Order: sequence, then C-alpha cells, then structure tokens
Amino acid sequence: MTDASLPKGGAKPHLSSLTEPDARTKSRNAAEKRFRAYGVIAIGTGILCLLVLLFAIISNGIGAFQQTFIEVPVYLDPAKLDKKGERNIEDIKKVSTFGYNPLIQKAVLEQVEKAGIDTPLTKPKDMKAMISASAAGQIRSMVIENPDLIGETVDVRFLASSRVDGYLKDRVKREHLARDKNIDAEHLDVVDGLLEAGVVKKTFNPAFIFGADASESRAEQAGLGVSMIGSFFMMLVVLFLALPIGVAASIYLEEFAPKNRFTDLIEVNISNLAAVPSIVFGILGLAVFIQFIHLPQSAPLVGGLVLTLMTLPTIIISTRASLKSVPPSIRDAALGVGASKMQSVFHHVLPLAAPGILTGTIIGLAQALGETAPLLLIGMVGYIASNAPDGIASGLLDPNSAMPAQIYEWAKRADPAYYERAWGGIIILLVFLVTMNTVAVILRRRFERRW
Amino acid sequence: MSVFWLCIIVLAIAVVGFVFGRQRALASAGGNSGYLHSLPNYYGWNVFMKVIVPAFGLMAIWLIAQPLVIQNSISGMIPESEIKEGSNIGLVMADVRRTAEGLDNAVAAGAIDEEMVQNARADITDITARLKDAGQVVTSTITRPILRAAQAYRSMTSSANLIMTILVLAVALIAALVASLQSNKAYRARNVVEQGILALLIAAASVAILTTIGIVLSLIFNTVEFFKLYPAIDFFALLEWAPSFSGRGGSSALGILPLLWGTIYISIVALLVAVPIGLFAAIYLSEYATPRVRGIAKPMLEILAGIPTIVYGLFALLTIGPMLVSVFGQDGLGWMGGGRSVMTAGIAMGIMLIPFVSSLSDDIINAVPQSMRDGSYGLGATQSETIRQVVLPAALPGIVGAILLAASRAIGETMIVVMGAGAAARLSLNPFDAMTTVTAKIVSQLTGDSDFASPEALVAFALGITLFVLTLGLNVFALYIVRKYREQYE
Repeated sequence: MTDASLPKGGAKPHLSSLTEPDARTKSRNAAEKRFRAYGVIAIGTGILCLLVLLFAIISNGIGAFQQTFIEVPVYLDPAKLDKKGERNIEDIKKVSTFGYNPLIQKAVLEQVEKAGIDTPLTKPKDMKAMISASAAGQIRSMVIENPDLIGETVDVRFLASSRVDGYLKDRVKREHLARDKNIDAEHLDVVDGLLEAGVVKKTFNPAFIFGADASESRAEQAGLGVSMIGSFFMMLVVLFLALPIGVAASIYLEEFAPKNRFTDLIEVNISNLAAVPSIVFGILGLAVFIQFIHLPQSAPLVGGLVLTLMTLPTIIISTRASLKSVPPSIRDAALGVGASKMQSVFHHVLPLAAPGILTGTIIGLAQALGETAPLLLIGMVGYIASNAPDGIASGLLDPNSAMPAQIYEWAKRADPAYYERAWGGIIILLVFLVTMNTVAVILRRRFERRW
Repeated sequence: MSVFWLCIIVLAIAVVGFVFGRQRALASAGGNSGYLHSLPNYYGWNVFMKVIVPAFGLMAIWLIAQPLVIQNSISGMIPESEIKEGSNIGLVMADVRRTAEGLDNAVAAGAIDEEMVQNARADITDITARLKDAGQVVTSTITRPILRAAQAYRSMTSSANLIMTILVLAVALIAALVASLQSNKAYRARNVVEQGILALLIAAASVAILTTIGIVLSLIFNTVEFFKLYPAIDFFALLEWAPSFSGRGGSSALGILPLLWGTIYISIVALLVAVPIGLFAAIYLSEYATPRVRGIAKPMLEILAGIPTIVYGLFALLTIGPMLVSVFGQDGLGWMGGGRSVMTAGIAMGIMLIPFVSSLSDDIINAVPQSMRDGSYGLGATQSETIRQVVLPAALPGIVGAILLAASRAIGETMIVVMGAGAAARLSLNPFDAMTTVTAKIVSQLTGDSDFASPEALVAFALGITLFVLTLGLNVFALYIVRKYREQYE
C-alpha cells in the first residue's frame, strides 16, 4: 500500500502489451534482424568468393589435362631420311626436323583424302597448321633410336597444333578466325572430318603433368614436370635447413633463453620477419646469395635458401607453441631423476612436441611451395625449363623453374592456349597443397595430446 | 683437393676421435662406466665437437677471405688501359675469373697441357682457340694482361688451396689429439658438450637477427649506391615514373609518388572489400552462429587464406578483369580501357584478405569478456545493440590493429598486382585505370637483363627499402595497438 496517488488527468499511463509490440520494439527487432542478415550476407559473400574461385580454377583448368592428338600411319621414306641407304646413324642424324615435316604432312593429307573430306586444302603443306611443331622432333628421335623403322609405315600419335586443340575445347571459335593468322575455317572443316574419322582424338595428356616446358609457340607441348622437380628440390632445401634451424631456435627461446635484451631482440626480429613482404626476401636473395656470394642464378638452391628464411618464422612460432604445450611436470620429473636440463629437453620434451612441430613444418612447407614473388627476383622465370636435372647436384644448382613460377610464366605468354595451362598448373599446385594440409590435419588429430 | 673431400676427411678424423675419446675414458675407469663423470658417449662427442668446430671454422673463414685477398692483389696487376670505357674493374675481374676457370676446365679436359697454361709468353690466339675447342665459354677477347692476371689467379688459388688443406688437416689432427688426451674419468665431458649444443642453439636463434641484418644491409647499400647516381629529392618528389630502356642513366624519371599512389589506391579498394565482409563475418561467427555453422563456415573462409597469391593473380587477370571489362569496358559504361586496373587487383586482393580480417577480428571479439555482454542484456538491449554499443567499442582498438595488419599485407602483396594492376605508372583517380605499385615495379626493374649498376635496376632497392619501412611501421604500430588493448582485459 502506498499513499502515492495515480497521476491525474492529462498524463496517460504508458500502456504496452506483451503480445503486441509497439512501434519502437518493432523497429528494434527489425534492426536486429537486419544486423543478423548483414552477417549472413558477409559469410555468404566470402563463401561465394571461394566457390567462384574454385569454379573458375576447375572449369578453366580441367581442359589442360586433355590434349588433342592426331594418330596417323606415317611412311618413313628412305629417300628422304637416309639418302645413302646405308642406315648409318650419323647420316640419319644429319636429317633435321625439317626433313620430317613433309612426311608427316603427307601422311595427314592421305588420311584427309581417305576420309573423303571435301576441302580446298589439297597440298601437304596445307596440313602444317594442324600439326604441332613438336611432331617432327618426336618422330625424328623415334627414328634415331631405331633406324630400322626407315622404309616402313609406322602408326604415330602426335600432338595437334594448339589451335586445333583450342577448337576442340571451344577456345578457338569460328567467328574469331578472321583475326587469326595461324588457322583458317577450311582447316577446322578438315578437323571436323578427321574427328569423325577417328584420326583426331582428344585424350588424357600425361605430358602436361610430367613433361617439360616448351617454347612460346608450342603451347600444346608444355608441361609442368620439370618445374615440379625444381619445386621438389627447393622444398628439400627448405626442409633440411628450416626444420633444424627452426627447432633449435625454438628450443633455445622456449627452454634456455634468459630474459634479457638479446632474447628480446631475437623475439622482435622473428615477429617482424613474419610480417615482412615476401618480395623483400627476394631482394635479400638477389643481393646476398647471387650478387655477393655468387651462387648461380635461377638455381633451386638459391630459391630454397630464400624460402627457408621466409618459412623460418612460421616454423619457429608453431614449434614454440607445441613446446609450450608440453606440461612442466614432464621437465620436472626428468630433472628429478637426475637428467641435465639439456637431457630433459632432448629426451623428453622434444619427442612429446614432435607431432606439433611436424604439423607446423608441413604447413610452413605448403606456404613455401605456393610462394612466387621472391622467385621472380632470383631469376626463376623467363627461363624455359626444358631439361630435367640428372642427379642431386644438378637438381640443386642447374637453372630450373618452380611450379608457381612456371604458372606465372605461362600466364604472361601471349597465346591464350597458355592460360588454360596456367589454370591447369594451379589445379596441380592446389592438389599438392591440399594433400600437405590434409596430412598436417591428420597428424594433428592423431597424435596431438591434450594434457 | 676439393673442399668436398677435405670435409669428408675432417669428418673421418672426427669419427675416429669419437671412438678413441670414448675408449680412453672407459679405459681410465677400468671399463666400468659407473666411475665416469659423464656417460661414455659424451666423451666421444666431446672429441668430435672439438675437431669439427675449429677445422670447419678455419675452413669457412679461409674460403671467405681467400677470394677477397686474391682479388685485391690481382686487381693491382691490371693496368688502367685495360679498363675500357663504360666498364669497370669489377667486370674486368669477372673476365679474369672466367678465363682462369676456362683454363682449369680445359686442362681437366685435356685440351691444353699445364705447361702451356703456365707459360707467360703463350700465344693468346692459340689459347683462345684451344679454349673454344674445349667448349669453354671465353670472353670476346683475351688480352695479354687478362691472361697474365688469369695465370696469376690460378697459381695463387691453387697454392692457397694447398695451404688451406694442410692447415685444416693439421688443426683437425691436433684438436683430435688434444681432446682425446683430455678424456679421463674425472673430465666433465657432458658439461662441455652441452655448452657446445647451447652455442649451436643460440646460433640458430640468431639466424633471425642475421636475416634482418642481411635485409637491411642489402637494401641500404644498394640504395646508397642508387642515390649516388640519381638525386634523392627527385626520387621522393617527382610526379613521374618513366625509366629509360636504353640502360644508360640520365634520361630516366624515377619518382616514387605515382607508385605509392597506385599501391595505396589498390590497398584501399582491397580493404573496402575485405573489411566489411570480414568484420561482419567475424561478428556473425562469434556472436550468432551455432557451433555447427561456425565449424563449417570458419574453415571454409580460412581456405581462402591458404590459397597461394599466384592463384589470386591469375583469378584477377583472367576472371575478374574480363568480368569488369564486360560491365565497365568499351561495350558497357566505357570507363575501363583494359582488363588490368586498380579495381581488378583490388577486388582479388580484398578476397584474399577476407579471412585475414575475419579470423583476427574473431579472436579479438571473443576476447571481450562475457560479463560486459551480460550487463548489456540485463539492461534490456537486444543482441545487435549489445554488439554495436558494447562489444565493438570494446574491441575497436584490436579491430583497428587487425585492419592495419591487413593493410600492411595489401601494401606488400606482389603477385596480384603484378598480374592484375597493369604496368603503367599513373596518377589518376579513376579506379578502372591501370596503375602500378611499388612491388610490381620492384619485380619489373629487377627481372630484366639490365645490369645491376644502372639506376634503373638500383631503384628497385630504394623502392624495397620504402616498402620495408612502410610495412614494418604499420606492423609495429598495429601490434602495439593490439597488445595495449589485450592488457585491458587480462
């Protein structure tokens, strides 16, 4: 009970119902919904970006794994290939690829006539636009390997030119032919005919994954294999340098370092290096490893050294985290039974932290594998990686490319056929990265211990 | 003897020392390891370490010093007249080295005999011809002074190598002997070995410092070199970027401002894409999402962070560029000339930065204490009001730090701008114009065939140091803000 009286007269009591919200509550609730929607939209946009990116990669790149081949019986004319008729290997070697071109063109023309294609292209020379420039070299090395083939008719499968390949993949369109100097509509009619006759076929092309890079005019021949070896050697250098150095540095900082200026200096340096743009590491590599120490340019060794310095902070940070997660009781127990500090760390703490260290290392390696910018500065582009290295020394020191550098190189080339290969290269690169990250996740799930 | 075999021999001595040191220690304890101060292997490692460290240390110092010393004494032999115009002593010395190497290889291949190489009066044309026959790359002309310098270079190098081999082996043997003599049961081998390991650990930790020093020194030296050839005031104040391609300096205009403008413009576009998306995603994930949604959406966004930048570059060049052209290009609004533009690179970079902003902001929002939210709910605020008026203001310094970190990433990003932004430096406000950035120009100035002494190549180092200072400054500032903020709630 209270003496306070109800307000009289004018002032109306504030009436509100729990079942029917008033205007202000409504607008507040609407704002709440809107805000929530912004969040959903933001996440949706992010995921959409990811999906668009993946779709672009796969839809553009999947074509690179298939290639158009022409399969024809070629008559290896002795009159052209071995004029003396002695089957002397030196004489046979003297016939350059130019000597083989007419034979191939003739063989293709025969097939055109056999298929009964009505075309104004009646000379063997007219077939040139459809055949890859690599075909002659392919047959020449086949003949040099086995000179007895001369005089026989051999079934050969060689690459079609990149325009024909592009036509089968819808990259080269008939309406754009007017601007294209390399191929005419008549050629495409012939290709259509040969496709029906089964002479021209589009099949899986392992040479794209395992082959070597080719010159700018032979997009159909280019492959990622040699640069993959270059990347492999770089990763080897990174693994063998960054892992021991990173682990040793982490052990020092986590277990032994006294709190002083020097330790602080190292800590500051590590965290700063983690944030330095990768291109700066490229400048470092160029100035120190190439200009100052005179290591060879474009060598995977130099690339590996630069990437080592770049991945080191990543590895140190993750190693320290996993060392920190080993409980102090382990150390105390070891010290308690008479182990020295060093023994307690190396015999007990380090093995327990190993899975975490390994996970961090794999993630660091995956990062290094995809890194491109520093490689541009130490000369790993602009170079046609056409020969696979023989042996470890040559693998480390001979000029080579690396997967991402090769992709960049392809993207720079003028022929649109190379764009497809760049996307295809990205698929391969991503397969490697996904595999490495999956292994890291599995390792973490399996061996990570919660104390 | 090659360095490789020398290393093998030193290692072999060390291994023998290991076995010997271990046995001596055991013998001094009468075969019972219980009487030893340390475990037997520590005595072995003690000897091993004491052989390896001085021997390899001496070898490393020698190998670094030897070329410098020889270079100095040889360069005195080359008369002024030999240095042609437009050349310098360094290039001539490179010729000398190449000639000497060619001679070495030719001797190894049997094309020339040693006597002829040593002969100071040897016929130059004859030697050149023989070198060419042996498949050695020779400089255009071997002149008499160069040949003589090369001969001196060879003889000095070979005698220096011999002395080094003898010294290193002597050091290794003496060290092995002294260290094994130390081995007896009272010797505290473990402490010594552990000291050695600790030194190794410290050395590994110092690599980070060395790297920083390497970066700073290589940038500073070359930048100083650049400013000798090109006035610093022009570099910082000129509004034009037009390097001449002739390779001779003088006519180039190398002003950093258009590049900086391009860098900042692209970064702003990237942040305009990344910050709203990343921030709202982080808010939703930390405040609204059920654990299930969070478990799916967060890793998916983080995939974006694991994709290499070359992929974004290609995406910009071949997908975003053509897409923008079809809307804003000649057939559409007519604002855009080609596929490469600030927008193209900015959007791709923005996508790349989304997970960066979102995961950093997520951490920061999660660090805001729950009690603050509960207090706000208790006063009747809705969830969004709580977020806007309580959580975000509390998290603001951290979020600003995260955005600054993202900005530093954007400024240092290379591949996306190299592929998506274009090559022409230009001061323009139109986001559909092609512009270029500091990083893109570092790449283009250093990947040509230009020689490293020209201002056109050296300018890359000046650009590099600007980039380094800029990103480092942003980072230090951002970390300072983040750290300061964290202290409030811990």
